[in-house]
Amino acid sequence: MMSRAFLVLAFALSASVAMADTIRMAVTTSFENSGLADVLLPEIQEELGIEVQLLVVGTGQALRLGEAGDVDAVLVHSRPAEEAFVAAGHATHWREIMYNDFVLIGPSDDPADLASADTAAEALDRIAAAGAPFVSRGDDSGTHQKELALWASADVDPESLGAAYNSVGSGMGAALNTASGLNAYILSDRATWLTFGNRGELALLFSGDPALFNPYSILPVNPERHAHVNFEAVVALEDWLAGPRAADLINSYTVEGETLFVHSAVPR
Amino acid sequence: MNEIVEGLLAAAGLIVSLDPELVDITFRSLQVTITAVVIAAAIGLPLGAWLAVMRFRARRLVIAVLNALMGLPPVVVGLIVYVLLSRSGPFGVFGLLFTPTAMIIAQVIIVTPLIASIAHQAIRDLWAEYHDLLISLNTSKRQRVATLLWDARRALLTACLAGFGRGIGEVGAIMIVGGNIDHATRVLTTAIALETGKGNFALALGLGFVLIALAIAVNLVIHSLSRTERSGIW
Repeated sequence: MMSRAFLVLAFALSASVAMADTIRMAVTTSFENSGLADVLLPEIQEELGIEVQLLVVGTGQALRLGEAGDVDAVLVHSRPAEEAFVAAGHATHWREIMYNDFVLIGPSDDPADLASADTAAEALDRIAAAGAPFVSRGDDSGTHQKELALWASADVDPESLGAAYNSVGSGMGAALNTASGLNAYILSDRATWLTFGNRGELALLFSGDPALFNPYSILPVNPERHAHVNFEAVVALEDWLAGPRAADLINSYTVEGETLFVHSAVPR
Repeated sequence: MNEIVEGLLAAAGLIVSLDPELVDITFRSLQVTITAVVIAAAIGLPLGAWLAVMRFRARRLVIAVLNALMGLPPVVVGLIVYVLLSRSGPFGVFGLLFTPTAMIIAQVIIVTPLIASIAHQAIRDLWAEYHDLLISLNTSKRQRVATLLWDARRALLTACLAGFGRGIGEVGAIMIVGGNIDHATRVLTTAIALETGKGNFALALGLGFVLIALAIAVNLVIHSLSRTERSGIW
């Protein structure tokens, strides 16, 4: 009986021994939900021999994981937070890889008339004026930070919206589920919206404002802070992501006929 | 309602085609929870018997605390294990965070109080019955504990199965310490949370039905192996 228990234990422990070239990378939900990871990771495994393990979290938590040294690299989309992260010495640098855009989703009958707004700020203004329900990520993710910046540019304090402002404190998909249930407006990244399966009455109502531009950057965790990080492999990964093969894969990746990401890295 | 039917169809499709991803995460679910229950039983069963047999001043307090710990919130356990195993935490040098080992550690903490509590309840009743006999035979403490554990084995099996039930359906702790990494730490419950997040309710429900079926299958296998709950045996 005991020997069997030990066998089970040894078996469980052996499964956790790290392989030589494995990178742990914290990425945002929008990157994973888009399905792009399923295209890129097998290629990376094949060409570089690096197994990339993804931890799918919000930008805020992703940066915390990098700060603690629990991941080797971070791929996020919140430029001010990235710059602060590098300035604090947690990462050696940031490098933009690609961008996609945010879109405003809402009830298809559009009571706030977003469709005729000219800018994202004006669209948010209309939601506030109409008193229509709005779902916020509320989880300090890149999307949440973007939403708050947009409210600021519209000169609206979201807290003043009262019960119409629903801060759910969860990921993009869970927030979209809530918006679908409440038939509310919500800011989403295009990738998650296109691959989302539970749309209900929701529709894409506003997009295209340059203010909704959403660049993704990779940040290698500083090896001087955390000696155990696999810095060499991260640099190899970064160069591959910035290179022509990744550019091809990213630019040609479509969901329902729509291009999701535009490669924007400059090769060194 | 329609989505539940779709979920059942999705579950059937996954099982019939032996979907490799499903086999992978199901196997890992079993690996993590069974290992955790074996370790938790090795700690919890003797602890429960010892508490039933021993008399000491703080015994009542220890038992009350143990009973209260049965309701440990998995999210809190996950967070504490996370902070301990994080690279910037006290056990960070082992690099255990985001591995199945971390998930097993979290589940051992969640399951042990449950197994110990149920074991204690069962053995306490048996001890009341055996007390005079075992004392008159001049047995040592160790012999008493061993006798009680053996004679209460049916009830202790129930304790272990309850622990298994709590572990296999648990998502809060293993999501935090495992990170739900594809092909590394993804299990049935975290996969269900992920698919729900993507709005794929049919697939999420399908995985949920697979999880329930798995729990039933494990219980049936254990009962048939241990020859309990059969006709003619009371």
